[in-house]
Amino acid sequence: MMELDIIKDDEMDLLLEDVSTIYGYDFTQYSKASLKRRLNRICLIDKLASFAELRYQVVNDPSYLQRFVEEITVNVTEMFRDPYFYKKLREDILPKLGTYPFIRIWVAGCSTGEEAYSIAVLLQEINLYHKSLIYATDINPTVIEKASKGIFPLSKMKQYSENYIHAGGTQDFSSYYVAMYDIAKFHESLSKRILFSTHNLVSDSSFNEFQLILCRNVLIYFDKDLQNKVFRLFDNSLQNLCYLALGDKETLRFSSLESRYRQVKDQKIWQKLN
Amino acid sequence: MATDILLIGGSAGSITVLLQVLPAIDTDISFPIVIVLHRKSYPKSELDHLLEISTALPVQEVDDKMELENGKIYLVPADYHLLFEDERSIALDVSEKVNYSRPSIDVTFLSAASIFGDRTVALLLSGGNKDGVEGLVSIVEHQGRVLIQDPVTAEVDYMPQQAMEALPTATILRPEHMADAINQLKHYK
Ligand SMILES: C[S@@+](CC[C@H](N)C(=O)[O-])C[C@H]1O[C@@H](n2cnc3c(N)ncnc32)[C@H](O)[C@@H]1O
Repeated sequence: MMELDIIKDDEMDLLLEDVSTIYGYDFTQYSKASLKRRLNRICLIDKLASFAELRYQVVNDPSYLQRFVEEITVNVTEMFRDPYFYKKLREDILPKLGTYPFIRIWVAGCSTGEEAYSIAVLLQEINLYHKSLIYATDINPTVIEKASKGIFPLSKMKQYSENYIHAGGTQDFSSYYVAMYDIAKFHESLSKRILFSTHNLVSDSSFNEFQLILCRNVLIYFDKDLQNKVFRLFDNSLQNLCYLALGDKETLRFSSLESRYRQVKDQKIWQKLN
Repeated sequence: MATDILLIGGSAGSITVLLQVLPAIDTDISFPIVIVLHRKSYPKSELDHLLEISTALPVQEVDDKMELENGKIYLVPADYHLLFEDERSIALDVSEKVNYSRPSIDVTFLSAASIFGDRTVALLLSGGNKDGVEGLVSIVEHQGRVLIQDPVTAEVDYMPQQAMEALPTATILRPEHMADAINQLKHYK
């Protein structure tokens, strides 16, 4: 069956220490419950019968690392997930940012890129794309590679198009891509102002100053201390009076930074105060 | 055995049962209740509100890393799995659907079994899918307790039926007896 229980807590800690020391990927402050499921899952998929086998593989085969990172992280995403959120961006937040000479947007933890393409669609429709730049980053090189291709399963387009309409979209969503066999290839005009690159929120530093940072459904995988550390990174990367957007179930509430931000009513969007 | 957590899982046909059971649950229960239901993520469901007005216990949809408190009811949000980080805090997860479902009842039940062990109690209601059955089995393996809605009373009997077949000795309950069984749990110490 899907669920297996090969890995024990202390064994997991050992493995994470190894990965951190040998490869510099630090997962030690990730949520244990989710990591454990992922580790059990990778054992199942790669037919590793015991924790010792997994550890041996990870420690002794550097070429396995990318696969390990790929499977440990959860890359599930979609276009216009939470349509109300995108509606708010379209009708309120992005037009406000439109008064700036140039709009820099950071999509942190962008996975295979669906979120970044959704933002690009919004910006095009409200005529701000020409003066925007979207930095889309993720820890996992495999998803970044995929994201830069702009190719998504055709089978998802029905749902994405519904999301898009709920988010206030008025065009025919299929005008944004070309359908070929079972894939949808999005037009290059959408990706031409998106820069995809790897960036690890745990260990890499701030690399620019932004008017909007989106980091949605990434922090749920971090413990509170790590969340706070990442909030500080965002704070250092955000211009005053600009915006930080989190996932639908994430919050800045428990962070020491909260007092310097104002939450946008009914939204998981926070504005940095002066 | 004391109860540290009560889990309720359900799918098609389970909301009417909840609306019957929740109002009769005592407000001084000594554990949190976590409810996992299969539901649509969009449009935003009115479920929270519906359940909220049905009971005197506080009801809330969980946020990431929320701390659970006794005597409160927590709803798993649409499109997230709920895992237990430790006995007091939860973690949300958007990983792949399990049994075509997110939230998946199995995911939460299995996680609870591994954290709360024999102090877990779970109730599985009406539904048309077998999500939850594997979780119940794991709870029994951890010596926790399992309650199943009597399939005869279920709007959709597949889920409770599957559970009953997997666990022939589990307690089978009609909706009108569920609140009593739950209120009894606080007396075990
Ligand atoms: C569930 S996806 C969220 C995708 C998208 N933001 C959304 O909400 O649909 C989480 C993403 O976070 C990335 N991630 C996990 N740890 C990270 C880290 N330390 N730094 C950067 N990205 C990370 C994962 O690789 C994954 O692609």
